[in-house]
Amino acid sequence: MPDVKGPLARLRRWSTPTTPHLAVGVLIGLLGFGITVQVGQDEETDYSSVRGVELVELLKSIDAANERLAGQIDDLTATRNDLQNSTQRSAEAEQQARKRAEQLAILAGSAGASGPGVVVTIRDPEKAVSAGQLLDAIEELRDAGAEAIVINGTARVVAQTYFLDDEGSIRVGGREIKRPFVIEAIGDPDTMAEAVRFRGGLIDRIANVGGTATVTEKKKLTITALADVKSPEYAQPTS
Amino acid sequence: MIPVIGLVIGVGVGLWMQPTVPLSLQPYLPIAIVAALDAVVGALRALGEKRFDDRVFVVSFISNVVIAAAMVFLGDQLGVGSQLSTGVIVVLGIRIFANAAAIRRRIFHA
Repeated sequence: MPDVKGPLARLRRWSTPTTPHLAVGVLIGLLGFGITVQVGQDEETDYSSVRGVELVELLKSIDAANERLAGQIDDLTATRNDLQNSTQRSAEAEQQARKRAEQLAILAGSAGASGPGVVVTIRDPEKAVSAGQLLDAIEELRDAGAEAIVINGTARVVAQTYFLDDEGSIRVGGREIKRPFVIEAIGDPDTMAEAVRFRGGLIDRIANVGGTATVTEKKKLTITALADVKSPEYAQPTS
Repeated sequence: MIPVIGLVIGVGVGLWMQPTVPLSLQPYLPIAIVAALDAVVGALRALGEKRFDDRVFVVSFISNVVIAAAMVFLGDQLGVGSQLSTGVIVVLGIRIFANAAAIRRRIFHA
């Protein structure tokens, strides 16, 4: 070791690279490198340096968490299935309600209807057919299962429809009906035709007063006329 | 001066390359680092007592690292790896504290 005499000599000794000096520098550099690498390594999740007992503990806690989460999955799946079921049920209920509304709309005359049926044509040149007889004809058809009835393509006949003689013509639900009367009824064509044709029935009665009535069965009838639907003023639904 | 430059270069290279430690070296690197730190602190103490020798430092540094790694390896082979590495760390820690205390006494006279 050279003798140290002052700051200058010391500086020179420090700054003069010799082989052992370089070795020291390299070793220190390696140490710094190793520390840096190890510190960077610690930031990653790495289990290779974890010992067996700790790994077992880790595994246990992960197992517990796994079980808990599996339970949560089950719960949430059940909830989801419940919700799906209830959605499906309400969708079904909605569909049924809509179907029922459509059926009621046909009965109430607030919707058009189409289907098989009969067309009854009543001609009475002597204007002998009265509102009562027309109503009888309608009742006959209803009795045979008519589901939607319209007269002359304009007057839809529903539960509230009234028939009225009015100076040679007939009013059906407030609409004036001109002769000849054409009654279109949707229902079972055979039954309704039979109900009109039987001895002493509608055709005979019309013939008795000097008119003619004919009935034709149709595969498809379309009724577009709508009844004037009034919301009930006095009657309240009871439930 | 040169050790400082070496330290800066080493840290810089480590930060710049961000290498991953090979799996087979992972149990040894932390122990080796502590052993090297022990050598470095011992060198600082020797430097303070003006009896620092490059050759001694190099030899003690390398032998420290190698022996520490070898002990951990042996411990792993014997199935007492965690205990033995704890023991090595404790011993090295005591040595580091002792050397640091000597340096402190020398600087602060306390």
